[in-house]
Amino acid sequence: MALIIELPHVGESVVEGTIGKWLKKPGDQIERYDPLVEIVTDKVTMEMPSPVSGVLSRIIAEEGETIPMGAPIAEFETDDPLPPSDKKISSEPEATPPPVGTTGYLVKNVAPVGPTGGGPDGEPVISDTPTTTPINNDSPVVSKREQPNSQRLSPAVRRLAQENNVDVSAIHGTGVGGRITRDDVMASISTPQTTPTSNPADSEDTILKITPIRKMIAEAMVRSVSQIPHAWSTIETDVSSLVIVRSTHRKAFIEKESVELTYLPFIIKMVVESLRENPTLNATWGGDTIILKNRINIGVAMAGPEGLIVPVIKDADRLSIVGLAHAVSDLTFKVKNRKLSVEDVQEGTFTVNNTGVLGSISSQPIINYPQAAILTTEAIQKKPVVIGDGIAIRSIMNICMSFDHRINDGAESSTFLQSIKRRIESINLDTPVY
Amino acid sequence: MAVISVIEAVRSAMQEEMRRDKSVFVLGEDVGKRGGVFLSTQGLIDEFGESRVIDTPLAEASIMGIALGAAFKGMRPIPEVQFSDFVWPSINQLVGEAARARYGSNGQLTVPMVVRIPYGGGIRGGLYHSQNVESFFFHVPGLKVVSPGTPYDAKGLLKSAIRDDNLIIFLEHKKSYRLVRGEVPEEEYTIPIGPADVKRQGSNITVVSYGLMLHHCLEAAELLSQEDVDVEVVDLRTLRPLDTETIINSVKKTGKILIVHEDNLTGGVGAEIAAIVADQAFEYLDGPISRLCGPDIPTMPFAQSLEDAYLPNTDKVAAALRELAQY
Repeated sequence: MALIIELPHVGESVVEGTIGKWLKKPGDQIERYDPLVEIVTDKVTMEMPSPVSGVLSRIIAEEGETIPMGAPIAEFETDDPLPPSDKKISSEPEATPPPVGTTGYLVKNVAPVGPTGGGPDGEPVISDTPTTTPINNDSPVVSKREQPNSQRLSPAVRRLAQENNVDVSAIHGTGVGGRITRDDVMASISTPQTTPTSNPADSEDTILKITPIRKMIAEAMVRSVSQIPHAWSTIETDVSSLVIVRSTHRKAFIEKESVELTYLPFIIKMVVESLRENPTLNATWGGDTIILKNRINIGVAMAGPEGLIVPVIKDADRLSIVGLAHAVSDLTFKVKNRKLSVEDVQEGTFTVNNTGVLGSISSQPIINYPQAAILTTEAIQKKPVVIGDGIAIRSIMNICMSFDHRINDGAESSTFLQSIKRRIESINLDTPVY
Repeated sequence: MAVISVIEAVRSAMQEEMRRDKSVFVLGEDVGKRGGVFLSTQGLIDEFGESRVIDTPLAEASIMGIALGAAFKGMRPIPEVQFSDFVWPSINQLVGEAARARYGSNGQLTVPMVVRIPYGGGIRGGLYHSQNVESFFFHVPGLKVVSPGTPYDAKGLLKSAIRDDNLIIFLEHKKSYRLVRGEVPEEEYTIPIGPADVKRQGSNITVVSYGLMLHHCLEAAELLSQEDVDVEVVDLRTLRPLDTETIINSVKKTGKILIVHEDNLTGGVGAEIAAIVADQAFEYLDGPISRLCGPDIPTMPFAQSLEDAYLPNTDKVAAALRELAQY
């Protein structure tokens, strides 16, 4: 098809050019970018490359002729489309400007001023590169920083909390990594914090003063229940074999280790092994992430002299059943004698509670905030059960679990419980205790 | 009101001041007969003659030195550096001499001089036609540095600069010359040198900028408003002296600040603002002070794709704002 080539705009203040010398003649087969013609302007003399491939069919502007920018200079016979950047670039904005104001706006599609005061390149643009190249816009030149620690409080948060007497530990953080943001504090100021509901007493009621520990337990329970969506699951385990194993080892254990051998170390061991396989049960909710805790620190709920307390066995996955028995015994001793340190109750990642010792057969425990789950071992009962086509008397123990339904669904929690059940039911006299 | 471009605003400011005050004159390369390579002085030589619109040789140190001498003698010169990249030969005259003359002479010498400097990239100018030089002057006591981003600000600030008795480095982003248009009143007006301008009120996050980047920040603010993030846009307008009060008040309101400039990151205007904010608004910060700037590369690239990768743009500003807002 026939295509007219125009004199390109080479400078804003340059409005016309003179044809110097034609470097090709009509009938020549020309490749794109071949030098086509010399153009002389008041600023510079330059060679114009051909914008298309094809045959030069006709010269329109003769040598020595002065013509304005944009005027036709030649005709080509070609199948190439003219590259868009070769079209005449208007120095006026194309669209009528929107309502403007003194702030103004950025015009698009206007030839910006080139380096020597000329058009976009000071020469006709015939390049292949599109004018808007795809570039990476989503990693701006901002220094990369570490993930913020969700426990850290920014200066603004500290100041606002102090000025407004706000307890930040009760605020749910919506920032990155669960960080408490300034807006979170502001929101909790405007919606009054859930102050502990107090119910009125009648005149004949007896009022008990509460200890600081009871107050702490109350606050912890409220925080856990209000911030974690609890879901529950229960399974039965056949502990007949475990009962035999324990009673078999018990006497020798007391003599050798001077420590009572209870079911708890066995349970904790199986729980810990199942946690290794199901890391989302040893985790915490991070706001917009789930944080899988690296260490497995098992909290063991105990009745302390003043109330519930949960000392922690650190790195319980590194202990054998005997090691766990000692650990439990040590913690029990400390609890009874009020010798627990702050470290002993910190950094737990999962909690086990032996509610069965008090006769309970089913529980819905409250998760130890901010863990992912809590597990109870209920009372062992001898029951008739169907095995095969017959009936046998077996020792049955329920295991109940409450879990944070944000982190795990029924599927994960069931998988976890089933793996514990499997492990407990396969405990036998060959199971290594040391 | 008339809607004009930055170049028209600059030209109009010079014309009005030259009519008002006979001691005002223009000098520089190609400013006379050609009317300036950007046409910023087009028509002035016809109206005011060769003695007030002077075509100089290619000799920046001489241009500035001669302007300085004229200023000492009570004239009000407006020397032009044709491209910021060419200012280096004249640094001694400007920083070593002009900036110190008033102080050094105990006030006997004044320097009522406006050095107009087209600067900035995005026009495929490569190494010699794209430089950002503002941070060098920003550092120097004894002068003022102005960088308007809109036609309204450019005209008002240039008129104030010409009337000011001090050395003023007046930076005009060359890409904004024709690419930024805005309303400018018919009546006479000036804008004081110093105060910044909050171009857009917001409550969640502050972005501070100047020059051409201001418009990318405004566009990014629009994008973020559709994502329920309310961005406050502060246009510095004057770099030295910095309007720290406006900046600090904004940070106190939002708790988060992003500084955007085309100039290289290290030691740019953003670094000083970050230090000031950390010093004076520490208790109000809810997120790290962030900067989105040109990378520390010796030159803006010539290849289009690389130049685009180098420069901040609306999407990059929006991404940085988003990241900080979510912190």
